[in-house]
Amino acid sequence: MKRVLASVCLTLVALGAGYSAADAVAADNVFTVTIKDHRFEPSQIDVPAGKKLRLLVKNLDPTPEEFESHDLKREKIIAGNGQATIIIGPLKPGTYKFVGEYHESSAQGQLVAK
Amino acid sequence: MLATVIIVFREVLEAALVVSIVLAATRGVFRRGLWVGGGVLGGLLGATVIAWSAESIAAAASGVGQEIFNASVLFVAVIMLGWHNVWMSQHGRELASNLKSVGAAVRGGASPMHVLAAVVGMAVLREGSELVLFLYGVAASASGNTSGMLTGAIVGLGAGAAVGAALYLGLLRIPSRSLFTVTGWMILLLAAGMAAQGAAFLVQADILPALGENVWDTTALISDEGVLGRVLHALMGYTARPYGIQLLFYAVTLGGILALMKIVNGTRHADAAAASRAAVQPSR
Repeated sequence: MKRVLASVCLTLVALGAGYSAADAVAADNVFTVTIKDHRFEPSQIDVPAGKKLRLLVKNLDPTPEEFESHDLKREKIIAGNGQATIIIGPLKPGTYKFVGEYHESSAQGQLVAK
Repeated sequence: MLATVIIVFREVLEAALVVSIVLAATRGVFRRGLWVGGGVLGGLLGATVIAWSAESIAAAASGVGQEIFNASVLFVAVIMLGWHNVWMSQHGRELASNLKSVGAAVRGGASPMHVLAAVVGMAVLREGSELVLFLYGVAASASGNTSGMLTGAIVGLGAGAAVGAALYLGLLRIPSRSLFTVTGWMILLLAAGMAAQGAAFLVQADILPALGENVWDTTALISDEGVLGRVLHALMGYTARPYGIQLLFYAVTLGGILALMKIVNGTRHADAAAASRAAVQPSR
């Protein structure tokens, strides 16, 4: 059993290492959005369709937030005064809504793929 | 306050359902309360540590540490649930027919009780760390109505626990001879659902291919957001819009555990048949 667990962990580590080595997202496809006072800035992000993107979410609030999007099928916790990378796409043209789950009434935004 | 109730309820629900299935599956097992309680407590402690180190976990592995961590926790739980089912296919019948004789095996450490305790711990760990972060945020923001939020958290926690308790009490109504068959199937579905969820995290981390973004879309029928969708998600991995690879992981986990159960059960039957033949001859 321990051997099985160890090999699962090793496989995951290997996958992770392989991933960082073959980082496929080009630098110009990184988009940044900040959270301040439980709002996204900018609240609309225009991105190219059909490309793999990285969304860098910077949380300037001292409290944690959960980036959540059903349209994009993404869910990620961003620590207070922290940041997180969310890998998205390639997207079909369209509008993809996202929210900060912990402050859903104010933290709303959308990604527009063209 | 209502928002707090809903968020806390969501996070508690999944862990509560896992705990109630494990409790039903270990009915009659010696000191199971201690094991399961230990799992919950360990999970809570772990959740606090995870929440505290959320920043460094997120930064690990080129920013996808959180996804890899979640997937790892899920896959380890899948292996443990599978191990439990395989063990039960060997010993379940004795457990159902004579609880006391198996008590010795459990005390001797041969049973996977500690394995299920670990599964409970992991469910609490994963859901709990999000809860700890959320509640920390509530406590840290001076502007909010803190006492209202606290009430909301308690109501949400109570509601989640109540759903878990309802499932447990429902399972206890099943006659004991078929209880372990039912819990066995539930654990099988739980494991398959967790494997599919783990696969989704690895798609998010861009480690696994999606193999189809939305194989189907049943949002109109049962939404992921509703209580029913969430309960089904926790119990059997329901997703309104699954990735292709999630279906693959689901099927492989289901088939793999079933096959192992069959193999183990088959050898046991062969042994039992040989033993009964041997026992019959000298007595007649």
